[in-house]
Amino acid sequence: MPKVTVDGVELEVPAGATVLQACELAGKEIPRFCYHERLSIAGNCRMCLVEVKPGPPKPQASCALPAGEGQEIRTDSEMVKKAREGVMEFLLINHPLDCPICDQGGECDLQDQAMAYGRGATRYEENKRAVTEKYMGPLIKTVMTRCIHCTRCVRFSEEVAGVDEIGALYRGENMQITTYLEHAAKHEMSANVIDLCPVGALTSRPYAFEARPWELKKTLSVDVSDACGSNIRVDSRGREVLRILPRVNDDVNEEWISDKARYQVDGLTRRRLDRVWIRKNGKLAAASWDEAFDAIAKVNAGESIAAVAGDQLDCETMYAAKKLLSAKSSSLLEGRQTGMDYDTSNLAAVNFNSTFAGIELADAILIVGSHVRWEAPLVNVRLRKAVKNGARVFLVGPEWETTFGGEFLGEDLSVLGDLPSHVTDAMKAAERPAIIVGGGAIAKGAIPRALALAEELGVVKEDWNGFNVLHLAAARMGGLMLGFAQKGGLADIVAAKPKVLLSLGADDVDYGQFADSLKVYVGHHGDNGAHAADIILPAAAYTEKAGTYVNTEGRVQFAEKAVFAPGDAREDWTILRALADALDVEVGFDTFEELRAAMIAEVPALGVEGLADYGALPAADKDAKASGAIAYPIKDFYLTNAIARASATMQRCSAELLHGEDLAEAAE
Amino acid sequence: MALQDKDRIFTNVYGYQPWNLDAARARGDWDNTKAILEKGRDAIIEEMKASGLRGRGGAGFPTGLKWSFMPKEPDTKRPGFLVINADESEPGSCKDREIIRHDPHKLIEGALVAGFAMGARAAYIYIRGEYIREAETLFSAVQEAYDAGLVGKNASGSGYDFDVFVHRGAGAYICGEETAMIESLEGKKGQPRLKPPFPAGAGLYGCPTTVNNVESIAVAPTIMRRGASWFSGFGRENNHGTKLFQISGHVEKPCVVEEEMSIPFRELIEKHCGGIRGGWDNLLAVIPGGSSVPLVPAEQIIDAPMDFDGLKELQSGLGTAAVIVMDKSTDVVRAISRLSYFYKHESCGQCTPCREGTGWMWRVMKRLETGDAAVEEIDMLQQVTKQVEGHTICALGDAAAWPIQGLIRHFRPELERRIAEAGNMAEAAE
Repeated sequence: MPKVTVDGVELEVPAGATVLQACELAGKEIPRFCYHERLSIAGNCRMCLVEVKPGPPKPQASCALPAGEGQEIRTDSEMVKKAREGVMEFLLINHPLDCPICDQGGECDLQDQAMAYGRGATRYEENKRAVTEKYMGPLIKTVMTRCIHCTRCVRFSEEVAGVDEIGALYRGENMQITTYLEHAAKHEMSANVIDLCPVGALTSRPYAFEARPWELKKTLSVDVSDACGSNIRVDSRGREVLRILPRVNDDVNEEWISDKARYQVDGLTRRRLDRVWIRKNGKLAAASWDEAFDAIAKVNAGESIAAVAGDQLDCETMYAAKKLLSAKSSSLLEGRQTGMDYDTSNLAAVNFNSTFAGIELADAILIVGSHVRWEAPLVNVRLRKAVKNGARVFLVGPEWETTFGGEFLGEDLSVLGDLPSHVTDAMKAAERPAIIVGGGAIAKGAIPRALALAEELGVVKEDWNGFNVLHLAAARMGGLMLGFAQKGGLADIVAAKPKVLLSLGADDVDYGQFADSLKVYVGHHGDNGAHAADIILPAAAYTEKAGTYVNTEGRVQFAEKAVFAPGDAREDWTILRALADALDVEVGFDTFEELRAAMIAEVPALGVEGLADYGALPAADKDAKASGAIAYPIKDFYLTNAIARASATMQRCSAELLHGEDLAEAAE
Repeated sequence: MALQDKDRIFTNVYGYQPWNLDAARARGDWDNTKAILEKGRDAIIEEMKASGLRGRGGAGFPTGLKWSFMPKEPDTKRPGFLVINADESEPGSCKDREIIRHDPHKLIEGALVAGFAMGARAAYIYIRGEYIREAETLFSAVQEAYDAGLVGKNASGSGYDFDVFVHRGAGAYICGEETAMIESLEGKKGQPRLKPPFPAGAGLYGCPTTVNNVESIAVAPTIMRRGASWFSGFGRENNHGTKLFQISGHVEKPCVVEEEMSIPFRELIEKHCGGIRGGWDNLLAVIPGGSSVPLVPAEQIIDAPMDFDGLKELQSGLGTAAVIVMDKSTDVVRAISRLSYFYKHESCGQCTPCREGTGWMWRVMKRLETGDAAVEEIDMLQQVTKQVEGHTICALGDAAAWPIQGLIRHFRPELERRIAEAGNMAEAAE
């Protein structure tokens, strides 16, 4: 713990801290552009210069200088002021004065720091530099004249994303940041460079010229595009969500989000169900709420009513449905739309037990049937970190382009019964071994075998549980906690032949199986579920309702409501509450607070933000077998849910980045 | 007392004899190198320290001391490396080229001696891309050394395994900066690294590395053979040894010559270069150490000793001892302006002051050539150079700033005269 003096104040800083961190601990603001906590230190912007004694009689880059015992640091001296003014002047001489038409305006580091640390006027009389725009794909808009060459974007794609997509060409004042041959940035986390860019060089293409940051209402929420539960901030104006940005949460998403989480927002205003529809003579016709409720009541389903939950549902909606069904003495609840029927008696066996932050520490990882880059891009980032720390990774399943190396062992699950000895040796020798079972393996019923393997390889140790199941649905863990699972999966519901099937935003169900049921779709998008429905009740998307979500780690998180649902659409729980009246039953709540209180009373873990405790893993069945070729459930990363499928941005990403279509605009 | 022929280290600097191994052996190279190595690592380093050899690449850091920073205990996981800087790109410098094309075995033997002394596993010779024939010679010479068992496994019968690799650069001046050179060797864009960590701690591929100039390495075997006291017998205190001077510009006979350190400028020019073109009265200024150091006007340089400390006193530096002589026919502003263009062109673009500042300085210099500027801009230019100097990762920023500072220091009246002649002085004169 070295002791340093910052502007005359003595303080102790943690060993290994830099001078910049020491200054921050002392409460001094140090301007910076290239330095970022989660990226390597470049030290090239030279904005963070401070005076340090002992040392050479010139200012030092505080971001790169280790804090040492007895250092005297000055951040307020004349030398430091001059140095900052000098660097700021250099940054500005070739930076265009186009703030009024720059999307970064109002949240621009250069703007802010120029105000705080710059000179009042320019002394530069020469012509300014202009740089041609670079095409970086459908998400990133470039105005490279504004670039200050901090290289954050380069370091992000190299270090965090793990792809060599962005780099610098040429040298000196001709240096230009670009993607390789101006190909689109294809990584599924690529748009994070927009947040990293301290100026307006890289801005959001879909959000271009939409709004100014000070016009936006900021709402804290949770992403539902995958099961990671990324913490997001929803920026909205009026009734429209304009953009989504990541929030910092070191346990979940650090400060990144996937491109899908960020850019499916424009899907929230397209293909929306904003009124009630009833199918008459095979065609959907607009109707009123009363007509719809009457039609449902008329079926007189009694206890023959079932509910299937979609992948993006909040716990409150599922609980409301559960109460409604139990009031009708039915327990036909299911959330695993594609028919998966794994055992849910012990949720530890279907949970990501090591946690995301924990998987970084693993030193040997066996991934079974998971295309992690598409199923959980944020977990992929963690895996890359683990490998950087020395972890070995083995994968079972068809090959995909990993960003962390790893050895593919085979495409068939039968590999699990006969792992090569170097794999078992590595796993057994590891201090913190981990198994990740992904969507492709779960669908083939590989969880029991994986549990047996976990026991054989000893992935559970004191203070370490390396058995992980990686789900794809944001609603999955919450649904399982609320009992949305039949022993035989969806097949049990089909077998029960319910008279009324409540489809709660379930778009991946094969509705052909329910030909005789009255299919009531409670959801927000005109997607697969709505196409098959007999009655459509318009509901709210995730930005339009408050709710509780449980991610694949079993982490309970609360999201807030950002905007109102469009048209006649209502929050899901109110629809179910009204339906209870129509069916003439009592559900025991009249307000959202009552609903939430009842839910928490039944499942207390849902009331506490943080990791739910599922206890120890169940005893494994040593004879469990698994076989069959793995097929990854996600065929198109950008179009995995109804919102994304409705989003023009996601459609374009899919067409251009995955299917290689040249779009007219790109060719211009 | 000028250097006598018997005391010359580079006896084939003019290429009167072949460069090959036999000829090199006849000149004394590779003569019982094993015996030098048998003295042991510490003894070699002590001898080098005692010789007073200061790095010949420009900064003048004591070579023996630099070698001693390498880890004492060999680590098989992190072997040490010696990187030899043959990326000689400084305008005015041309000594390494002569060594490599005419006396490459001095360098290769030096690599072995130095590499052994610092416990290095291998030497990488990073040769400037434009040195095509020189690289060919070096490749052949290294092959000769391998074939003769002088380097490689059991190098020179010493029992020490030592490899020598030659790597050609691609023509970027910045790759002559030691950490940029390491980056370039690793296959990356040649951009200087932040220090610390210094290369001796984490250099090439993260391993302990020492980067030395060609001349520093090439003189090592001779120092070991003839003794530190012989070498330190030349030159003033703290500036010992012999040195290859490269005199270019307005002298009668430009040349590369080995001379004693601290030789007065006048003697160096009279003896080897046939004097200044047009006589001593025609001398305008001298850039004594390659383009990066400030120029020194005639009256100050004429009797100055040519060594590190002597030129430092003149607010300049010895650099690589690339002496650029300018007589009164020189357009000194244009000369410095051209150097500014060079630094603008060669800045790697990594850090802000150098990337933006070099271009700014060159543009102002360009206008000053014709006096198309205001007098205040001279002061502004001076401030800009100060804003660049000392604010960058590597020394290129300093190197770009110093020539301009030298110009303003010594030739401000000339700058003002041009501004006045261009009619931009009127306001200031009122």
